[in-house]
Amino acid sequence: MTSLTAFEIAGGDDTSLAPERLVRLYDVMLRARCLEERMLRMHKQGDGAFWVGGPGEEALNASLGLLVHKGEGPHFDYLHLHYRSGATLLAMGADPVDSLRQMMSTATDPYSRGRNFCHHYAVRKWNVIPISSAIEVQFSMAPGTALANKRAGGHGITIVQGGDAGTAEGDFATCMIWCSRPHHELPCLMIIANNGWGISTPAEEQHSEKHIADRAAAFGIKSAVIDGNDAEVAYRELKKAMDYVRVERRPFVLEAKVSRLYGHSSSSGGNFVPNEEDCVSLLEQKLAERKLLTKQAVEELRRRYSRELLEAVKRVRIEPMPEGKDAGRHVYAEQDVVGAAESRARSPAGRLGAS
Amino acid sequence: MATVVQAIRLALHVGETRLGVTDVFGQDIGPPLGGVFTQTQGLRTAWNTPLDERGIVGTAIGLALAGQRPVAEIQFCDYAFNVIDLLKLAGGMCWSSAGDFNCPLVLMTPVGAGIHGSIYHSHSFDAQATRLAGWKVVVPSNPLDAYGLMLSAIVDPNPVMYLPPKALLRMKAGPGEHIPGEPNDDRALSRMIDAPLGDRSNWSPKWPDVEDVFVPLGQARIAREGREVTVVTYGRMVVIALQASAELAKEGIEIEVVDLRTLAPYDWQSVERSVRKTHRILCVNEDTAITNFGEHIVRRVTEELFYELYAPPKLLAGAHVPGIGLADSIEHASVPHVGSVTKALRELALHEP
Repeated sequence: MTSLTAFEIAGGDDTSLAPERLVRLYDVMLRARCLEERMLRMHKQGDGAFWVGGPGEEALNASLGLLVHKGEGPHFDYLHLHYRSGATLLAMGADPVDSLRQMMSTATDPYSRGRNFCHHYAVRKWNVIPISSAIEVQFSMAPGTALANKRAGGHGITIVQGGDAGTAEGDFATCMIWCSRPHHELPCLMIIANNGWGISTPAEEQHSEKHIADRAAAFGIKSAVIDGNDAEVAYRELKKAMDYVRVERRPFVLEAKVSRLYGHSSSSGGNFVPNEEDCVSLLEQKLAERKLLTKQAVEELRRRYSRELLEAVKRVRIEPMPEGKDAGRHVYAEQDVVGAAESRARSPAGRLGAS
Repeated sequence: MATVVQAIRLALHVGETRLGVTDVFGQDIGPPLGGVFTQTQGLRTAWNTPLDERGIVGTAIGLALAGQRPVAEIQFCDYAFNVIDLLKLAGGMCWSSAGDFNCPLVLMTPVGAGIHGSIYHSHSFDAQATRLAGWKVVVPSNPLDAYGLMLSAIVDPNPVMYLPPKALLRMKAGPGEHIPGEPNDDRALSRMIDAPLGDRSNWSPKWPDVEDVFVPLGQARIAREGREVTVVTYGRMVVIALQASAELAKEGIEIEVVDLRTLAPYDWQSVERSVRKTHRILCVNEDTAITNFGEHIVRRVTEELFYELYAPPKLLAGAHVPGIGLADSIEHASVPHVGSVTKALRELALHEP
């Protein structure tokens, strides 16, 4: 058993989810929801060509962001996220105003300088691998970073997340096969945020497997299916899964049932879906019942975050847009920036090939 | 004197011992086989993977982003078509993150006809590769370039596609293509680095102390000087163009052979300089003719050097058919060969404006 001291400091001793931690989780979830609602309004007002995001996944995604071992290079966690992962970034400390910048394609957008859709993050200093609109490709890349994590010999793991529909792509099988090669198992946590939809197509029309996570058993990979709308469950189960991968250096599949509260994207209208569970409201009720946060305090927070974001939009609107000549920049890299952190941390070479 | 495939192996050995290569991997790449063409025999970091091109390319990207230096292989370029989105992803990693990430990996995949490879072991990938912006694309035509281009590919901070022509893999070095430090006797080299037939479990290579030779990416080579017609080509067709040029020299026709070596970014200056000298150009490659890389060169020559030309610029390429048929007659009719290249060059040389 490896010592987890470093992570107890970074992530806290959270299997029981102390009240302060639960309130902190709620705070991130609420800010993430306010950000999504602001971005949806921005799209409807013409401040952004397209919206896609993660309202309904905040309990899972904010928990992930709070639990991640954040840093650059293979001694830290690598994150292969998807375009519903905004709450993860906020929990890690990202500035929500930067999400507004990407939404408006400004030159100040730190993630893509106006090139990519909203919530398509890329943050090298936190090992957030550039998010692609292409569904499931992150699952093919994850074994590579997980192999680097394993070689580095520390506690860093790879976390890869996608939706349920995407698991029909071969990349999901690729990830399970490559992470469970006999004697070469990799520390990779595969998260499926199962909202039951692939754009407009219901999962039950296309998938006969009871649980997606059941597929893991064929590879000897442990798995769990959880209620991702219950913030306490999401946080606790995610922590357990991450600890398992961190310590055992083996893969794990976590399937979380979540909601999709505003449809697929702005292309499907971006309107509130009233008949699905809302993880933010559910946690609000719990906090009120336990007298950890009053309804009044919640309303005050919501108003504050909404107002701050609205004011930020006004500021971002007058920030510079990229110039046409910028289109040709960064086609080729001039220097090796991804190798810099690793070469500092590189351990003496042994037989590296097999793991 | 190394063959092309031995040169690749020597380069990968230098890569893993001096240039930070951490992984050489793909289907059948590790022991005992060491690659279907023996290209990775005896390498310390070579390992076998599942038969899964998406996993091979995806894992290479992941390793690269995590600061490792992978060299991955797709066994034949014909099997690269199911990873085209991952290739786009790798090529766009730097651009889409506005420079926050780079993606330093080498993907090698052998290309072209000439080994009786039938429909799925004979195709070219040149044009597909050059459409993937963000990648550098190299095609060696001799052992020294195979060696030097690989060393440059390994140290480049970008994804580099390395496309060795299958038909040249057993070709020995010619004059001036000696890798500094390799034994002059090719049998001696073979004894040092070629795995024995049969049981290899106790075998290990004795690597010669070869020196670094970095062939710069993006720099063409004038493989033969001439003043009457320029032929712009790469890979296997360099050898064929040189044979055709030797034939035509007997008729008093002097051909200049420009071996591009790198298709992306390609060396326009060398093409331009040669065309300004000869005023006639033939582009030759074995990829299918429609939307072909040589077609691009012809287009650019037409646009930028139109008034330099004494004859219409020409392209000689593969037939636009779904694959290369197995029968000799079909393969012969599907890709350029010495006869067709000689004929096309002669016609261009004799064309009266």
